[in-house]
Amino acid sequence: MKTNTHFAFLDEGSKKEIRRTMLKAVAIPGYQVPFASREMPIARGWGTGGLQITLSIIGKQDVLKVIDQGADESVNAVSIKKLVQETTGVEVTDQTQEASVIQSRHRIPEVALTKEQILVLQVPEPEPLRNVEASEYVTKRLHSEDEYSGAWLMLFEQIMKYNKTATDADHPVYVNDRYVMAPSPIPKFDNPKMHQSESLILLGAGREKKIYAIPPYTDVKSLAFDDYPFTVESFEGNHCHLCGATDVFMDELIDSTSGKTVYQCNDTSYCVARLNEKEKLEVESNHA
Amino acid sequence: MGYVAVKGGTMAIEASIKRLTYDRLKGEEIIEIQTILSTMRSLVDQVMSESSLYSPFLAALAIKQAEGSMEEAVFLMRAHRSTLPRLYYSQTVQSESMLVERRISASFKDIPGGQLLGSTNDYTHRLLDFNLANESLTENKEWLQDYRESLQNNMEASDSVTYFPKVVDYLRKESLFEEYEADNTPPDDITKESLQFPASRSARLQVLTRGQTGAVTALGYASLRGYGQVHPTVGEVRVGDLPIYVEHPNEVEQDDEDQFYIGDIKVTEVESFVPITKKNEHNEEELEFEIGYGVCYGQNETKTIAMSILDQCLEHPEWEYPTHDEEFVLLHIDSVESTGFISHLKLPHYVTFQSKLDSIRQIKKEAKKDED
Repeated sequence: MKTNTHFAFLDEGSKKEIRRTMLKAVAIPGYQVPFASREMPIARGWGTGGLQITLSIIGKQDVLKVIDQGADESVNAVSIKKLVQETTGVEVTDQTQEASVIQSRHRIPEVALTKEQILVLQVPEPEPLRNVEASEYVTKRLHSEDEYSGAWLMLFEQIMKYNKTATDADHPVYVNDRYVMAPSPIPKFDNPKMHQSESLILLGAGREKKIYAIPPYTDVKSLAFDDYPFTVESFEGNHCHLCGATDVFMDELIDSTSGKTVYQCNDTSYCVARLNEKEKLEVESNHA
Repeated sequence: MGYVAVKGGTMAIEASIKRLTYDRLKGEEIIEIQTILSTMRSLVDQVMSESSLYSPFLAALAIKQAEGSMEEAVFLMRAHRSTLPRLYYSQTVQSESMLVERRISASFKDIPGGQLLGSTNDYTHRLLDFNLANESLTENKEWLQDYRESLQNNMEASDSVTYFPKVVDYLRKESLFEEYEADNTPPDDITKESLQFPASRSARLQVLTRGQTGAVTALGYASLRGYGQVHPTVGEVRVGDLPIYVEHPNEVEQDDEDQFYIGDIKVTEVESFVPITKKNEHNEEELEFEIGYGVCYGQNETKTIAMSILDQCLEHPEWEYPTHDEEFVLLHIDSVESTGFISHLKLPHYVTFQSKLDSIRQIKKEAKKDED
């Protein structure tokens, strides 16, 4: 009793159903569309929402890139890539520009995405109001009534307590001036990349059984007050110790030999591309 | 030569999977699927129940592959389930048609049809049997032969099949239970539509029956012990095989006679009687019975009884206990969901943690500025 796995793992009926959910999500930007999330061969909470989107939209011509917290080589990114490749045979890449579908956990690549590309984000907790209201029945109503006092109060309380907003990753955003949406735990640094993005952004929460989307060229504003404007993580005065980049999101590392703190591009493929570019220029200038 | 990204992840995963295989093989023993099927009946039943996939063979295979880990075995089965197209819905089963192996009532001594203890651990003394460390096949065969002979000598041959009436029917006749009209609304299918709140009873029962055995038991227990308002008496626990039929997929004219028998499933079914105080038309408080219902694949008695308690709890959301809150109960008892999200904490959280670190540093900076 041996069975072969279907192209892209899911049966066609399931894929069609998930694509229909995505169409609805695109039609109502930022609205969480419930779907009958399937159990996948990777664990719930490990990217099954993103994976179901990827598997439902991927075709034989697609080129796939998977990153986990910025890295192509992170173990779970490798595992997801392997699963998609084994069930579809599509080409995979580390190069952001080469990919037609990019599945990512908690980062948007540093290279600006184009309209030829689709970004699929993995979402652990799709409900931006969950911190203020535990019940799904209630939060669904709050969204429909455009009642977002809870989200605003959360920021206000932080200002009262700490004299500034104290959010970290997953800072809530307003999509198309209507729905407050959890952008998934991307750092605040990546929030502005969602605004008027050329590429379609699809967000999938497998365990919570929700899919939502930001269509291309949609307004996405991070929640903030006029007198306490939205700010991103600061890496002021630091640069990547490998490629020298300054305007990127960085990992903080401890140099094992010197014991000093050094910074490094979190987007590994961006860093490698910059290093290669630099080397090429050096070689060319030496020739000259 | 340009720079290339370090390929650490791929190699680490490959090495880890090899190590896992090594751990499974190093004892140099092979457990046959047939051995699991014949000797681990309870485990197979639990895995089928939590995976909501009735296939003893696949469950045994999953148990073998998972090296006996419940959560892994259930996970494998559920993932396999996702690849199977769902072609038919079976016809409604009347559980009176069960071929009963075991059936007891804790409410009445003398139930119509009688109590049938069947096979149960309930009255074994839980003493480790060291003889099992050196079991002999020949001795087992002898035991089996003796048992079968004594069965034959004690049983009268009968051509007809005996069906057992439901205990509750007897009480209905005495009008101790309200008669309800059969609700023939097609049930929701929680595997095709995600759960919406307030959930229908059919959706609730589906989530409960595929719940993790430990989680369903724990919440049922919590309700019974104090965090809930349901204190049931078990009206009936029955274990046995139910025949499953499907309609002809293409025939327009449907006739019960034309239905296809596709096999039996073994289930445990529980009906719990729960006393509820209600106001009658004169605004006087009256005691009435309601029924909590539980049904699970295989012989899973504790889970099924706990399910019947929770079913009844969720019928009464007006009580301010977490066990009466359908979101609290239904969203947290699924094995694949809870184990998946707990275990995701092992994934790297470098970016999110860096972001948190930044936030805390900025606040500290701000506080320092204020002091200065």
